[in-house]
Parts: sequence; C-alpha cells; structure tokens
Amino acid sequence: MKKLINDPDAVVREALEGIEAAHGDTLRVIHDPAVIVRADAPVQGKVGIISGGGSGHEPMHGGFVGRGMLDAACPGEVFTSPTPDQMLEATKAVDGGAGVLHIVKNYTGDVLNFEMAADLAGGEDIQVEAVVTNDDVAVQDSLYTAGRRGVGITVIAEKLCGAAAEEGQSLADVAELCRKVNAQGRSMGMALTPCITPGSGEPSFELGDDEMEIGIGIHGEPGRYREQLAPASDIVDRMATAIVEDLPYESGDRVLALVNGMGGTPLIELYIVYRELDRFLQGRGIGIERRLVGNYITSLEMAGCSITLLKLDDDLVRLWDAPVDTPALRWG
Amino acid sequence: MSVTAAEVRAWIGAYAQTISEHRAELVRLDTAIGDGDHGTNMERGMRAAVEKLEATDGDDVGALLKAVGMALVSKVGGAAGPLYGTLFLQMGSAASGREELDLAGWADALEAGVRGVQARGKAEPEDKTMIDALLPAVAALRAAEGDGAELGDALRRSAGAAEQGMQATIPLEARKGRASYLGPRSVGHQDPGATSSHLLLRAAAETFGDA
Repeated sequence: MKKLINDPDAVVREALEGIEAAHGDTLRVIHDPAVIVRADAPVQGKVGIISGGGSGHEPMHGGFVGRGMLDAACPGEVFTSPTPDQMLEATKAVDGGAGVLHIVKNYTGDVLNFEMAADLAGGEDIQVEAVVTNDDVAVQDSLYTAGRRGVGITVIAEKLCGAAAEEGQSLADVAELCRKVNAQGRSMGMALTPCITPGSGEPSFELGDDEMEIGIGIHGEPGRYREQLAPASDIVDRMATAIVEDLPYESGDRVLALVNGMGGTPLIELYIVYRELDRFLQGRGIGIERRLVGNYITSLEMAGCSITLLKLDDDLVRLWDAPVDTPALRWG
Repeated sequence: MSVTAAEVRAWIGAYAQTISEHRAELVRLDTAIGDGDHGTNMERGMRAAVEKLEATDGDDVGALLKAVGMALVSKVGGAAGPLYGTLFLQMGSAASGREELDLAGWADALEAGVRGVQARGKAEPEDKTMIDALLPAVAALRAAEGDGAELGDALRRSAGAAEQGMQATIPLEARKGRASYLGPRSVGHQDPGATSSHLLLRAAAETFGDA
C-alpha cells in the first residue's frame, strides 16, 4: 500500500484537521463526534440540510458544506457509515428553527444510522425529514437486495435542495424537491482498478490488466459483472443506454449530466467520457443543458467513472444556477 | 447457575479479545462480499465497549448491557453499529434492574435483542445475515430450557446452533446489506455478520459456560 498518510488509524481525523486548517473561514470542524458544519450555522429560519457517509468519497460530503448547499456533513470512518451521535450533533448544530433535512444514500449502514439519529432528534424536539437517494441503475432487482444504491444524484440533490433552503422554502417543500430530484435521476458507475482502504491495506477486489468492472458502487465493492476492457465510446454507450432506458429519458428531454471520476482517473479521460455521452444523448434527441465534469463522489484512488443524468425543468435549472459557496462547488 | 455483572464484564472482555484475534478473518470475509471493514469496525467498537464497562459501576446486568450497546452505536458505524448496538440495548432493556440471569432470563434477554436486530435491519432467515446465526441460537436456548438443561450446557448448545447457522450462510444468495448487490456472486462465501455473531455466542459459552 502506497499512500500519503501518517497512520492508517488516523486518516479521517488528520484529514479533518486539514480541512479545518484550509477552510476555517467558511467551515467549523467539531471533532468528537466528528461533524463539518457551516461557520455561520445555524442560519435562523432556514431549513438545515445535513448529509453524511463513509469517508473516502471526497469531496462528498464535507466539501459540499457551505452557503447554498449543505449546512453540515458527518464523516464516518473510511467507507463506513457515520454514527447516530454524529448525525444528532450535526442536526442540533444546523437547526435554525425551520427543521432539518437528512439526505441519506441508500446503503444499509447509512440508512440504519440515520434512522436511529432521527429517533434521537425527535426526542430533542427538532423536526427532521429524511430522504433516501437510490439512483444506481446497476442494481436491477430491488426486491431481493437492499435496493438501489444512492450515488451521483446525491451531489446534485444536495446542491438543489441547498438552493431551495436558501430561498426560504419549507422543510416539507425541500424534502419534496429532494424526492423529485431522486426520482428523476439515474446513475451508473464502472471501475478500471479497485481501491485500497487504509485500514485493510489490500485491494477491494482483483481486476486483471485487461478487465473492467461494470456496475460498481462507491465503496470499493465489486460490480455486477466483469468484462474485457473496451474503448471509451463502447463503455459510455453501455452505461448511458442502461441509464436512459431505465427512467426512461426521451427525445426532447433536457438533462443535467454529471460525469464523475472515481478518484484515480484524470480529467482528460473524463472529458472523453463527456464527449461520448454528449454524442450519445444528441443521437437520442436529449439535450445536456447543465453539466459537471470532475471528481465529486469518489472511491479513494479507484480509476473509473460514473455517469448521472437528471431530467431538468425551469425550476431545477434556476436552483442549479443559484449561488453556491463550498470548498468543492462554487459559483454565482 | 446464573449470569451476573462480573460474568457480563468477562464476556465482553473475552469477545473483544476474540474479535481482535479474528479481525483479519472478518476483514477477509467482508472483502469477499462487502466492503472489507467489518473486522476493523467491530474491533474499534469492542475496544470502546470495554472502556465503557470499565467506567460503569454497579451490578445491574441490564445497565451493563445497555452501556455496551451505546458504545457500539457510537463507535462502530456501518450497518453493524446500529445492529449490534440494538442487540445489546434490547438485551439490556430486557434485563433491566436484574443482578443475575438464570437460563430463562438469559434466553429472554437474547431473544429480545435478536427481535430488536430483526426490527432494525428487517432481515428474514436465509437473507445471509447475522440473523442466520442468532435465530438458531435463541431456538437452541429455548429447547435446552425445555429439556431442563443447565445454563452451561444450554450456552454450548446455543453456540453450536449459531455455528451451524453461520456455516449455512455459505451457499445462500445475499438479500440484505451490501452483499446483496452481488446477487449470485455472493454464493459460496460465509457471511461476516453471522461469523461475528457466532463468535459472540461462543464467547458467552466459554465465559459463563461453567457459571
């Protein structure tokens, strides 16, 4: 294992100390239990939005804390859900009297811990709504699994809901928006390499030099199937077909496209993926109206990418274009 | 023949030790069908549970079990944190105010804990989860109780049933948790959660098997 670390057991804490040192002007870091929170939280009268999950997906979620996006993020250990005491601490820190939205990715651990946290917050008289994202089309049969995983749409939902909360929308409306974004979004991921968690020191799965793994999650878990490596155009065609046919996205639809790197793939390759995706969607009469290309929801140093599409309307475009000021996403 | 606070402390200490010894095995099992963190997370949680018990006075078996549950909930994370945390919290509620548990009391507590795990995780038998080790262990305790068995014998029978349940997860296709995303590729692997659950009940048999 070759990593830029000091101690495998101190990775999360030391990274949080780095985030605090780098972004102390806009963020506050609480260390026990670990929470990254907006420096000006709680914002009175505004719905608070928190999310959280295992570490190792940076910039998600901590990099999305700031004006126009998340009010707080709970970082777990690497690829391990955070704990209910972190979520409760975050919920209390961001409650400005208008309630708190929990955005939860559909992974068993995240869901169970956020459920326990919501129970605890209820005991503190804080109004909490939880929305679970589950946009991963690689998981086909949800009846006999833990259901579709929450992946790329989570980043988009955090941005759009953050904007809606800044506008002064109510908790019920922001939660409804989150459900709508999740319902209109679909994703799929693939890997060229596994990743190595600092705790285990071993690759999360074995992959031959000429193989790729299709339908991966974001925790280094293997995908649905393994195939011979193919040109980017073929890979994008496979992934985009699965996404487009699932919702389905149809001719005339306007979409937001997220071409996301898994952490170890350079931007030059992500732009080739974007080129192929743009051509594919044009061929189907689907127009990309907004886009994001880069590393936003990663899996440590894994090479590979994911594609997320969100069907847009004027309301969603307005919320997307609204100002955002976080370490990883900033405009307006 | 009963389980007292001293035995609960010894049991948790022994389980923490066992988890450390089996950390690599649990990581290997979890890497095959999950995300490879089960051994690491359980070791961190059990270390916290031992510290919490050292800081908790008293002879109330229920209070000690609840303290273990709270430590696991706040230190383990993942799915195992809420599930093992709930197991101990519910066991603690069932044993609340008791300074010793006989076989029936122990069986009541474990059954309440396992019911809590099922309610939290919504797993059914043969979903390839910790439930597949825990449910047979409860059934074996109840059967032993019906036979008029001694506590030690009953605990050994429940550990044996958990071991069989753990081994029976190997041919199953996972339907809950992260392993379920693998579909048929989860077949042929022993479930890491069932494995750590078996170790828990084995530690009980070894710690107060002679109590």
